[in-house]
Amino acid sequence: MLNRTADSVARATPEPLARKVRGISDKGLAWLFISPTILLLLAINIFPLFWAIYLSFTNYRANRPNEVVRNVGLANYKRILGDQDIWIAMQTTAHFVFWTILLQTLIGFTLAWLIDRKFRGHAFWTTIILVPMMLSPAVVGNFWRFLYEPQIGLFAYAVSFVTGIPATQIGMLSNVSLAPWSIVIVDTWMWTPYVMLICLAGLRSIPEYIYEAAEVDRASNWRQFWSITLPMALPFIMLAVLFRGIENFKMFDMVNLLTGGGPGSTTEVASITLKRQAFESWRTGYSSAFAIILFVAVFGLANIYVKALNKVKQR
Amino acid sequence: MSLTSAHSVVAPSATSKRVAGTIIVLYALISIVPLLWIFATSFKTPPDSIAYPPKILFQPSVEGYCNLFSTRTRQTPEYINSLGPATGLCEETVRKRNMVIAGPSNFMPRFINSLIIAFGSTFCAVFLGTMSAYGFSRFKVPLADDLLFFILSTRMMPPIAVAIPIYLMYRELGLSDTALGMILLYTAVNVSLAVWLLKGFIDEIPREYEEAAMIDGYTRLQAFWRTVLPQATTGIAATAIFCLIFAWNEYAFAALLTSGTAQTAPPFIPTIIGEGGQDWPAVAAGTTIFLVPILVFTILLRKQLLRGITFGAVRK
Repeated sequence: MLNRTADSVARATPEPLARKVRGISDKGLAWLFISPTILLLLAINIFPLFWAIYLSFTNYRANRPNEVVRNVGLANYKRILGDQDIWIAMQTTAHFVFWTILLQTLIGFTLAWLIDRKFRGHAFWTTIILVPMMLSPAVVGNFWRFLYEPQIGLFAYAVSFVTGIPATQIGMLSNVSLAPWSIVIVDTWMWTPYVMLICLAGLRSIPEYIYEAAEVDRASNWRQFWSITLPMALPFIMLAVLFRGIENFKMFDMVNLLTGGGPGSTTEVASITLKRQAFESWRTGYSSAFAIILFVAVFGLANIYVKALNKVKQR
Repeated sequence: MSLTSAHSVVAPSATSKRVAGTIIVLYALISIVPLLWIFATSFKTPPDSIAYPPKILFQPSVEGYCNLFSTRTRQTPEYINSLGPATGLCEETVRKRNMVIAGPSNFMPRFINSLIIAFGSTFCAVFLGTMSAYGFSRFKVPLADDLLFFILSTRMMPPIAVAIPIYLMYRELGLSDTALGMILLYTAVNVSLAVWLLKGFIDEIPREYEEAAMIDGYTRLQAFWRTVLPQATTGIAATAIFCLIFAWNEYAFAALLTSGTAQTAPPFIPTIIGEGGQDWPAVAAGTTIFLVPILVFTILLRKQLLRGITFGAVRK
């Protein structure tokens, strides 16, 4: 099919050019191959981004398309930076990102480190552990609502079985102080395998002879762990943290179905605020400005982080 | 710290292996419980599903699946007795609750939407991705690194941030709530993954094959078609499965940009309600049907998984 497309292109073009396309004009072929992707991304990603930048300077509301659109300059940005609710949402996001990454890295690395012992059947159990991360966060998040039910839910029952607290009092989703942890638990359950898998690759990349040399030098196991295992696996751990950080900063689907931002706004992470502003209050201009700020934040933080990661790699 | 001895010259000791194995098996079993619970709940009756304490042993029932695929109306016992004998297992199950099946539910159409959109966007993303990856892998493209980074960076935007202008754009173009609109959008999201993964796979195919083919008189395109593509089949298949899983699982865009005709299963499943709240057995049944394909794919993919989830950054 590719042949035919190229041939028809070749036939339609003037003779000298056609010879090039049919023959080995690598430059032409390179652009022929790459440009469709670039065009699609320009249309579906970049054009909307510029549109959003334009909207962020206006008072446009998507539910009133016929109203006159006024240019408001930087007013939206100023309002966002002074908006108490936005700062609370950012704090909620920070809490969520910090704890999920901390727990996932600790548990994920420990699991990888144990699996690296290559006990019998480790491949099978690794596959079992990997299953949660492949599933739809929305569909699974929705089901966790059932597991979290105070009386009939399995989670509450298991917790009360272990701790002795009556199951009716364990309202993970209704209790203001427990709700932020309910989303941390589900995210950790889903994504620890992800960190584990990357850490495992890191541990397996350490050449055996380094440990042999350490053994010859009579380095203790403890010492070997801190001066060989951990530093050499660090670039992998950092990579896992980068991917999880970006993903959780954008977190929407699981939280939206599990708590919807509630109770009140205790679990309202940035994406939920954005959705409420954009698709419930229909403050399109305002929410576009917030979206741009979020995008710049992710992009900026990721760039700084990648620089740090490269430094660690070069060490 | 007997566990740290794993990395010494001597292989991990039998004890440390046993301890590690036990912890891993325990973790695996605990982490799989929620999924087993979904599966079990799908075969419970609604009263069994909300029993306290939660029922581990129960009489299996197909009521969840019946409720998932049908809409029902409540009738008087007299009316139900006046009907003829039940025509199927579902009809029989439903009548015990003084209901009759009124028609099919929306689950099937939503599930079919999911299939169409996931497969359509996967095909487009892999098609475009293979071409671009070959371009980036084999030719000197000016600013190649910048372009590749640009392709990746499109993935960093929060979906809701992209959804606002897309929503307006689709409204203008008449693409709101259409399968075509969703396929275009998912293709754009997936193509970045496809380009990065496939570039890695194609980089690994020695250039000598094509060069040999070209010396034999093939043009560059024929060489690509006859030598590179067959070599890249595994990579293309793995990439396709990753794209498929993303499109299959995606929720944010689907929830905001579709509402009826093009709605996929993820935003639909949470809206399944019975009398007096969520019909958990039906939700569990829908979830089970929705998750099974992904389980199969995960097992098929386990060797390529690492590569897929890190955009090809870690290859092992």
